[in-house]
Amino acid sequence: MARRESPEINAGSMADIAFLLLIFFLVTTTMDTDTGISRKLPEKPDPNFVPPILKEKNVFEVNVNRRNEILVEGEIYMQIADLREAAAKFIDNGGGTAENLAKENLTVCSWCKGDKDPASSDHPKKAIISLQSDRGTSYATYIAVQNELVGAYTDLRNKYANDKFGRDFKDLTGEQQKVIKKDIYPQIISEAEPTK
Amino acid sequence: MSKFKKKRKGMPAINTASLPDIVFMLLFFFMVTTVMRETDLKIKKPQLPKADQVKKLEKKSLVSYIYVGKSKDGTPGDKIQLNDRISSVKDIKSFIFSERSSHSEGEIPLLTTSIKADLNVNVGTITDIKIELRDVNALKINYSTLKGSALDNMNK
Repeated sequence: MARRESPEINAGSMADIAFLLLIFFLVTTTMDTDTGISRKLPEKPDPNFVPPILKEKNVFEVNVNRRNEILVEGEIYMQIADLREAAAKFIDNGGGTAENLAKENLTVCSWCKGDKDPASSDHPKKAIISLQSDRGTSYATYIAVQNELVGAYTDLRNKYANDKFGRDFKDLTGEQQKVIKKDIYPQIISEAEPTK
Repeated sequence: MSKFKKKRKGMPAINTASLPDIVFMLLFFFMVTTVMRETDLKIKKPQLPKADQVKKLEKKSLVSYIYVGKSKDGTPGDKIQLNDRISSVKDIKSFIFSERSSHSEGEIPLLTTSIKADLNVNVGTITDIKIELRDVNALKINYSTLKGSALDNMNK
């Protein structure tokens, strides 16, 4: 009787099978890193809460109507491309005088590069950007406006970080970032209820 | 003929025996990293706006998604999708509570809600969602966007 050796399984096509699976997973895989504009909603207001009285010069009002037109400070129609610069100019104005700011435990903004216009914001910590949109505004415009306003802060923070530490804001240490976020250019964007 | 005939030398064949191993390694990598979409979109796939002041969402497990867009069959109005069905604004609260129940106490303040909304939805819808979220104290939100110049949004 001839002894049969057990035949070896041909493993040559193993690579093909593996390739097939590999290609399947390559195609189905989505390395979608979710990105987006992060915002924090205000907490639910206390019914007895009295909103603080703000000086009008410290508020940068942005209105977006249902035709997606942007009105700034109640009088200037603006293109979205110009919004960032205008917002940065407002935040960085630093027009407050020492004695006025001392009442609110602030000192004159020494890092502000703005015009020091007394009719514009006193201090970056006082400067408030108020955004009001209409219910009919398109989301695209809304995001673009938000983006530009956040961008104005980013630009200013970067400028400050470059002057002081010689690198961009995002490359600073956590501690340095915290100081800038809190005391130098805090991001104050307030959203009003949209008009109907 | 001499026994020591010179063998003709060609290029030696490359040993491909380890090729399957390499391919398997890649295969496992992709198998592990792949995430199959858990929710089917019941609305038309939202065309996200573009923005450049974006942040990455770090921990996927802490993010819950709200999709906003137009319905597939062309009925007017903005539709909201939570999990895998089209819902109304009033369902958002219970959606957030159910998301919270699957996380530990300590993680709740870190939970982020990502709003994936189409370019053409109205801000009113988004505001309604935000008011609901604020009522249940889900304050961290993220407007999902693509990377790009925000100015491109306006031309569509």
